[in-house]
Amino acid sequence: MANSPVISAKNVWKLFGPNPKRYLAQMPEGHSFDAIRADGYIAGVKDVSIDVGRGEMLVIMGLSGSGKSTLVRCLSRLHDITGGTIDVDGQDIMSLSEKELIELRRSKMGMVFQSFGLLPHRTVLENVAFPLEMRGQDRHERRERALEVVKLVGLEGREEYFPRELSGGQQQRVGIARSLAIEPDIWFLDEPFSALDPLIRREMQDEFLRLQEMLGKTIVFITHDFDEALRLADRIAIMKDGAVEQCDTPDKIVMNPATEYVRKFTEEIDKARVVTAGAIMQPVNGAMPEGNGVRSNTSLRDLAKILVNDSRENLPVTGQDGDITGVLNRQVALDVLFEAD
Amino acid sequence: MATTTTNTVNPPSQGWTRNQIAIGLLCAAFALMLLRPFLPEWLIRVPEWAILPWDTWLDAVFNFIKDDLGLIHVTRTIAAGLESLLDVTANLLYGRNRWPHLGPIPWSAIAAAVAVLAYYLGGWKMAALAASTFIWTALVGQWKMAMQTMSVLVVAAPVAVIVGLFLGIAAWKYGWFEKIIRPVLSVLQTLPFFTYLLPAVIFFKVGPTAGAVATVVFAVPPMILMTTLGLRKVSPEVVEAGQMCGCSRWQMLSRVYVPAARTEILVGVNQVIMLCLAMVVLTAFIGMPGLGAKLLAMMGSFKIGRSFEIGVTIVLFAIMLDRMSKAWVLKQPEHFERGAPWWQRHKFALLSLGAFVLFLGLSQLIPILSEVGRKQSLSQGKQIDTLIKGFLAIDGIRATTEWLRWFLNVWVLIPFRNALLWVPTPAFILVIMSFGWWLAGRREAMIAGLFFAIVAATGWWDRAVITLYTVISAVILATFIGLPLGILAAQSEKWSKRILLACDTAQTFPSFIYLIPAIMLFGVNDVAVIFSILIFAAVPLTRYTIEGLRTVPSEMTEAADMSGATKRQKLLSVQLPLALPTMAVGFNQAIMFAFFMVIIAAFIGTQDLGQELQRTLAGTDLGKNFVLGMDVSLMALSFDMIIRKWTETRKKALGLGI
Repeated sequence: MANSPVISAKNVWKLFGPNPKRYLAQMPEGHSFDAIRADGYIAGVKDVSIDVGRGEMLVIMGLSGSGKSTLVRCLSRLHDITGGTIDVDGQDIMSLSEKELIELRRSKMGMVFQSFGLLPHRTVLENVAFPLEMRGQDRHERRERALEVVKLVGLEGREEYFPRELSGGQQQRVGIARSLAIEPDIWFLDEPFSALDPLIRREMQDEFLRLQEMLGKTIVFITHDFDEALRLADRIAIMKDGAVEQCDTPDKIVMNPATEYVRKFTEEIDKARVVTAGAIMQPVNGAMPEGNGVRSNTSLRDLAKILVNDSRENLPVTGQDGDITGVLNRQVALDVLFEAD
Repeated sequence: MATTTTNTVNPPSQGWTRNQIAIGLLCAAFALMLLRPFLPEWLIRVPEWAILPWDTWLDAVFNFIKDDLGLIHVTRTIAAGLESLLDVTANLLYGRNRWPHLGPIPWSAIAAAVAVLAYYLGGWKMAALAASTFIWTALVGQWKMAMQTMSVLVVAAPVAVIVGLFLGIAAWKYGWFEKIIRPVLSVLQTLPFFTYLLPAVIFFKVGPTAGAVATVVFAVPPMILMTTLGLRKVSPEVVEAGQMCGCSRWQMLSRVYVPAARTEILVGVNQVIMLCLAMVVLTAFIGMPGLGAKLLAMMGSFKIGRSFEIGVTIVLFAIMLDRMSKAWVLKQPEHFERGAPWWQRHKFALLSLGAFVLFLGLSQLIPILSEVGRKQSLSQGKQIDTLIKGFLAIDGIRATTEWLRWFLNVWVLIPFRNALLWVPTPAFILVIMSFGWWLAGRREAMIAGLFFAIVAATGWWDRAVITLYTVISAVILATFIGLPLGILAAQSEKWSKRILLACDTAQTFPSFIYLIPAIMLFGVNDVAVIFSILIFAAVPLTRYTIEGLRTVPSEMTEAADMSGATKRQKLLSVQLPLALPTMAVGFNQAIMFAFFMVIIAAFIGTQDLGQELQRTLAGTDLGKNFVLGMDVSLMALSFDMIIRKWTETRKKALGLGI
């Protein structure tokens, strides 16, 4: 990213225990998760440094208890961190007063929760208008805006319903609408679709991609579902025991796992679906291959037919604008496609 | 989970196990009893010279706070405010000659308005219940009395709810405040109600004001507990959603926490209303007019028929208030179609108002809708009186009750009482400690021993023992009824539901009601006291037995079935052991109820602490009143603490969760 990151976390620690600040100060360098636990502390977030660029979608994934929810709560300062710094738009959020923090959330942040976190005593419309009400917008304005967002998420006609009268998918639409009501720059989503059944989940993901295409927010998205991560992410951060094991683009994670844990994690994944022609192309050295090229952002799975039938050794790869940007070695691509090591 | 925690239940302590220590203590107690003839006097009872004048000292302290620190001015100011509120309700409901000089409101108008409200909350059945309660009350000529009671209730209940809500929020927000208030609440919940009454009278004037204050103090604790509980249970995601929406602290509390804790808070409101009703009836003891006073008078003069009718009225009011407030808990907001006009949104409020105005008008034309005169009332007091007395005079029944009375008195109660009184004080305390050590552990045993030692040191030992004897015998007898009934009912789904419903309903009755059948059957004596406590205490026992047995996980009973257990084997070795912790909760409640009831029964003529307490009401002997109250409270707290601790460890050991 050329521009400065929207969120920049440096060496963030979040310890749970009786006296975390003091413990962290005297803790020896490189203490492991288990060693910390033996001392009576839980490392929710362990020395995490991560940047999120403007308009980027960062997906944080890991098993339950890996600290992904804790990390996102640190980024939104729902948790106060124990060590390190977090800057949002160049401002250290730990230095904000309560008032400034409220102001930040009222103007810049939106969050969607796994079990929706809807207020049970308010109608759909009142739930969506809630953040606007909190910042003291007048009644007509917030009603208008709430109606607009409710329409955006496709809940028209149910404005007066109460959360318990809606299905899970519909409730999460309300949650999404509420988090978008103030037009936030930064959008946190904490396993938003995990509580939904698979069919609805798929539908909601499509919906979410549609919204993101329209709105172009900076997004931190949490999931434990790798397929979901692959569908949505610009970059993926994989967490284990509070630490980020690897943070990279999906194809790089699949092709070059940084640690044993990540490798195991990605083992079951059909690599050909993730890896694009662009990811494994080589620079054009010497003779330009002839014939039809392939688009660099197509996955190998989608190229399977061409790869199998074509007899050329190298295929030209074209970028967004149609220029040739590199060559794809057919054998290399076939190896990935059939997972031959 | 179960296996890992078992170890903590019986820690392999060095040398002595818990049981051995308990048996040791028990042996020491028996040794003291055997040696009784040779013991010096000071080991049998605390000698006179050692009993300190606690009451005089406390009196001095109270007087200092009251007069020198000027608390009386504060309380009198509060009393004045409360009094003006009570005057308004008194004027509106039964036409007391006070501002605003509008009342009394015709009974039919009140009945109609409440019936519409009941319809809104719970449909036709609820409306019928409300309407018939009011119609019955008016027709038997008890309207004025009932409204005297209600005029205090409608002030006391909202005040208690508001106070409880604020204290509950404070306890939830500030840990130190909760630490202070918890023990105070548990003492308040075991303090005999006479101890609420006298301070109320002294600080807040005799009459409705003192009644209202005592009622509020009595009803507040569950509201505080439910509020704290509800606020704690608000889902963390809802809280985080509120924070991410940029709520300020006040917005967080008023728009997120309190509405999200609605259910628990309303359950608290339900409990407040029921406790208020129970207490308002009891304020008869400090001369508050109303249903309670009339009932007291009627029972005192053995007018069974009229007592019965008043009892029915109180019960109807209790059921109605309970059902309506519970329906309110369950009532979820309904959505209206977009663009619904305001009259549609407030349909029921308007209907209620309409019904009120309609009957207000009608009662101007038809006087009986306004007031049912004495001559017009359908009270059948005399006839019911003769009927019941005739029934009781039937040879078979008379013989049964008299035999029961004779048998219980001669063979059970009096020997038991004399035996308890014979036991030397130190031996008694050792037995209690042994009981505590065996069930709970060292800490509880020590505290219980200390509590009973304090009771001995206040110099009311004999009366305390008589109180305890009444409680214990009543609870044991109640166990003989409650347990088999519960076990039988738990055998079938249908009967469980029926008996549970009956128990729930019975628990809403003000405790005073239980005296009516006791006096009816046994007259005014010791057996009637025991009997009234017995039925009162059998209710929670039955209820929790059923609940305990019904909630045994089905895999376990199925496993027993598949192991080829007979019904009896299944009950004895699977269901009962697993249900025991829950049943213990019922047992604990039964003891607490018994302590409460034994004090009320004082007016039948007991010789225990309650009797002394009731006497203090006539004077201004605040110190003595307080000492007596604390004695009862300390004994009740000992049992409460021991049984609770046992239940907790047992549940953990069985892996039943908490």
